[in-house]
Amino acid sequence: MSVNPELQGRVFAPAPPYLVGREKVREFARAVFATSPISLDPDAARAAGHADVVAPPTFPVVIQEHTLAQLLGEPDAGIDFSRVVHGDQRFTYSRPIVAGDELTATLTVTSVKTLGPHAMVTASSEMLDASGAHVVTAVSTLVVRGGE
Amino acid sequence: MSAPQLDSLTVGDVVAEREFSLTRDSLVRYAGASGDFNPIHYRDDVAASVGLPGVLAHGMLTMGFAVQPVVDWVGDPAGIVDYQVKFTRPVVVDPESGAAVTVTAKIGALTETTARVDLTVTFDGATVLGKAQAVVKLG
Repeated sequence: MSVNPELQGRVFAPAPPYLVGREKVREFARAVFATSPISLDPDAARAAGHADVVAPPTFPVVIQEHTLAQLLGEPDAGIDFSRVVHGDQRFTYSRPIVAGDELTATLTVTSVKTLGPHAMVTASSEMLDASGAHVVTAVSTLVVRGGE
Repeated sequence: MSAPQLDSLTVGDVVAEREFSLTRDSLVRYAGASGDFNPIHYRDDVAASVGLPGVLAHGMLTMGFAVQPVVDWVGDPAGIVDYQVKFTRPVVVDPESGAAVTVTAKIGALTETTARVDLTVTFDGATVLGKAQAVVKLG
């Protein structure tokens, strides 16, 4: 099985809206060794001018997991999950994620490249808030190792 | 803590340094928080069966904590407007002794409104992330 080159340019249906919970932000913050009170303490977040706790910079990976599951589950994708290695990752923000946000992520496969037996799939998950305004785009490159 | 001022910064300044001590517990905690339950991050037998030298930290865990010294330097996670890394080497977490990962954050570039902070993330004498850059918005 090899990665389908026709995936390039494919836009998936938006994932179900993700409601950012305060305790999820705090749980994630502790898991990445965050010590900023703005991610942990609602009072500190409000004192800094935010509506609630602010998610750590890599929090969108939680939502990206759902969009990448769409990609890996695509019947004609040809991506064997056991052969996938994370190559690179980027988050580009228009504004921070705050507890209470409802984010809808849409996945686009921006590129599929083959390198010998391996393939590199770059997928972009664009996350919009309930008003339709852009919040963050998460771009992930997956390296799919070729079979032996 | 007041936010750093752009006009006081120079390219090459080291703005933060920190060592993180990972244990297997850290990996289980991150698996639960992130939803990434790939067993190579908590089962030695599965890691060995796919040819890995041991249980590995999630790359996204390393990316997640490596930016924390920058967050603390800026004073607010909302200050990070762009953050990217390449995953170049795995972090093997020993069941008994864990893994010590060090992060050094240095100013890589400055514009009128932003600072690019370049991260050097080292485990066992080698860097584990490439092109690790956080762009910070400063007033």
